[in-house]
Amino acid sequence: MTVSNTAWKPAAPPSLTPPPALRADRPAKRGTYQRWRNLVWVLPAVLLLGVFAYLPLVQNLGFSMLKWDIYSGRQTFVGADNYIKMFNDPIFWKSLLNNTLYAGISIVFQVFGALILAAMIEGLRSERWRGILRAVYFVPSAISLTVAGLLFYFIYEPRMGILNAALEFLGLGSFTQAWLGQENTAIFGIIAMSQWQGFGYCTLLFAVALQRIPTELYEAASIDGVGPFRRFFSISLPLVREMSSLMMIVTVSGAFQVFNEVMVMTTGGPNNSSQVLGTWLYRSGFVRNDFGYAAAIATAVFVITLVLAVLQLRLSKRRRIEW
Amino acid sequence: MVTRTSVLVILGRVFVRAFLLALAVVVIYPLLWMLLNGVKSNAELFANPFALPVAWRWENYATAWNRGVGDYLTTSVLVTVASTVTTVFVSAWAAYGLTKVSIPFSRTVLILILAGLMLAPTVALIPLVKMFQAMGLHNSFWALLILYTAFRVPFTTFLIRAYMMDLPAEVDEAAAVDGASKSRAFWQIILPMCRPIIVSTVLLNILFTWNEYLFAMIFTSGGALQTLPVGLTNLMSKHGTDYPVVFAGMAIAALPVIVLFFAGQRYFIRGLADGVGK
Repeated sequence: MTVSNTAWKPAAPPSLTPPPALRADRPAKRGTYQRWRNLVWVLPAVLLLGVFAYLPLVQNLGFSMLKWDIYSGRQTFVGADNYIKMFNDPIFWKSLLNNTLYAGISIVFQVFGALILAAMIEGLRSERWRGILRAVYFVPSAISLTVAGLLFYFIYEPRMGILNAALEFLGLGSFTQAWLGQENTAIFGIIAMSQWQGFGYCTLLFAVALQRIPTELYEAASIDGVGPFRRFFSISLPLVREMSSLMMIVTVSGAFQVFNEVMVMTTGGPNNSSQVLGTWLYRSGFVRNDFGYAAAIATAVFVITLVLAVLQLRLSKRRRIEW
Repeated sequence: MVTRTSVLVILGRVFVRAFLLALAVVVIYPLLWMLLNGVKSNAELFANPFALPVAWRWENYATAWNRGVGDYLTTSVLVTVASTVTTVFVSAWAAYGLTKVSIPFSRTVLILILAGLMLAPTVALIPLVKMFQAMGLHNSFWALLILYTAFRVPFTTFLIRAYMMDLPAEVDEAAAVDGASKSRAFWQIILPMCRPIIVSTVLLNILFTWNEYLFAMIFTSGGALQTLPVGLTNLMSKHGTDYPVVFAGMAIAALPVIVLFFAGQRYFIRGLADGVGK
C-alpha cells in the first residue's frame, strides 16, 4: 500500500487554525460542538437508510392493517384482518414451503457443496488451473438473474431446449417433460437454475477463506502421513467455520428474498405451484390490487429474516466481525 | 513400488480432476449455447438444439439493439455509474466517520448502518411506492439512484470500514499535526490509501446495479427508462416468437459484466478477502 506523491500537499499555514488560547477558553463546550459537528460524516448514510429503509419498514406495519384500494385511494382500518387472511391462505403457505425448499437445497449446494468444491480446487497443484476454475465457476454469478432465468427457461423448453434433447440422447427419453409447465417440477427447475447461478460465488469465497489458512498446518499434516480426507475435516473445515456461518446466513436469508428468477421463469405458475413469498407479495399488491395484504406478507418476510439474523448472531458470537 | 494407498490417491486425483472438468463444462456450455443461438435462425433453433449455426446471422444483434436493447443498455450504464459513485462515496464518507472521527452515539450509528445488511428490499416495497409517488419521483431515474444507494450503503460501508480500521492511526494523527482538516485528510490521504477496497466495492456495486430487477421493475415503467434486466423481459414478451433476437439481447446484457469481471478479477478477489474474510 502506497500513498501516491500527488496526494500529499504541504499543510495549510498555521494561521488558519484557531489560536490555542481561544480553544482553552471554553474547552468543554467547544469539544461538544465539535463532536456534534462530526456527525456530518455519517449523516448522508444515516439519512438515506432512515428515510428509505427504516421509515418504510415502520410504515409497512401500519399499511398491513389497512384495506387499501390503490385506484380509488380508499383506505380502511381493518386491524389484524390481513394477517388472519394470510394464515388461512393456502398460497401463502405454499410460498413459504417453496422458500424453505429453496433455503434447504441452497444450503446443500451453495454451502456444503461449494466448500468441498473449493477444497478440491485449492488441492490442485497448478496455480494456473486453480485460477481458471475459480473464474469459470464464477461466470454465471456475473450475469444477471434475468439472463440466467431466461436462459434456463429456454433450456427447459420442450421443443428447443437442450435438457430434453440431452435426455433423449442419453436414452432417458421417458424422463423428458415440460419442466416449468408442470406443478410438481416447476419450483425444482427454478431452484436448479439458482444453484447453477450462485454456487461459483460461494466457491470463490470459500477458496479465499481456505487460502488464508497457513500452509504450515497442511505441511505438518502431510509429514504425519495424514490423508486428504482427514486434512479436510481436521484442518480446513474448522478453520473456515466463520466463513461457513456467514455463507449460511447469506444463503438462507437470500432464499427468503427470492423474486427475480421466479418472476422471469414462471411468474409463480403453473397454478401458483412455484410461488414464493416475494412473488406472492408482488402479485397480491400490484396485480390483485390488495396493498394491505401485500404489506402483511412483507411483515412475514421481515419477521422471518429478522429471526434468522438473530439466530445467526447468537450462534456465531465468536465471529470477529465487530458490531 | 506401488502400494495400495498410492493407487487410491492417484484414483482419487483422477476422479477429482474429471469431476472439476465436467462441472466446468456444465457451467460454460449453457452460456455458449446462448451465444450460438443468438446467431441462428428460428428454424435452426428448433431443428437441432445442439447444432452449430449454418449461416451466422450477426444481424440478430443489430435487430435486438434496435428493438430497445440499445436504450436499455444506455439506461443501465447511466444508473450503474451514478449509483455506484454515490454509494461508494457515501459509504467511504461514513466509514471514515465511524473509524477515524469521534462522533456522538457512534455505536448506535454503527448498528443503524450495519443492521441494514439484513433488510430485504421486498419488506419496504409497498411504502416506498407510495413515498415515491408522493414525491413525484415514481418512474424516474432518481428513484433508482436513491434506492440503489440506500440499500447498498450498509454492505459497502461494512467492507470499507473493515479496511479503514486496519490503517494505522498515525497517518491520521500526522495529518492533524500538519494542520490538515479532517475532510482534507479524508480526500488526500485516507481515500488514496483505501484504493484496493474502493476498487473492489466499485466492482461489487456495478455487478449488483447492472443486474438488479425488483426495484427497476416496480419503479420504472416508461420504455426508455428501463434497465436491461427489465428490458429483456419486455423483449421476451413483445418479440417472444423471434427467439434468436432474444438470445442476442441476453448476450448483449451479459457480456459487459463478464468482461468487466475478468478485467478486475484480481481486485475483486482481494476485496472479498479483505472485507468478508475478517
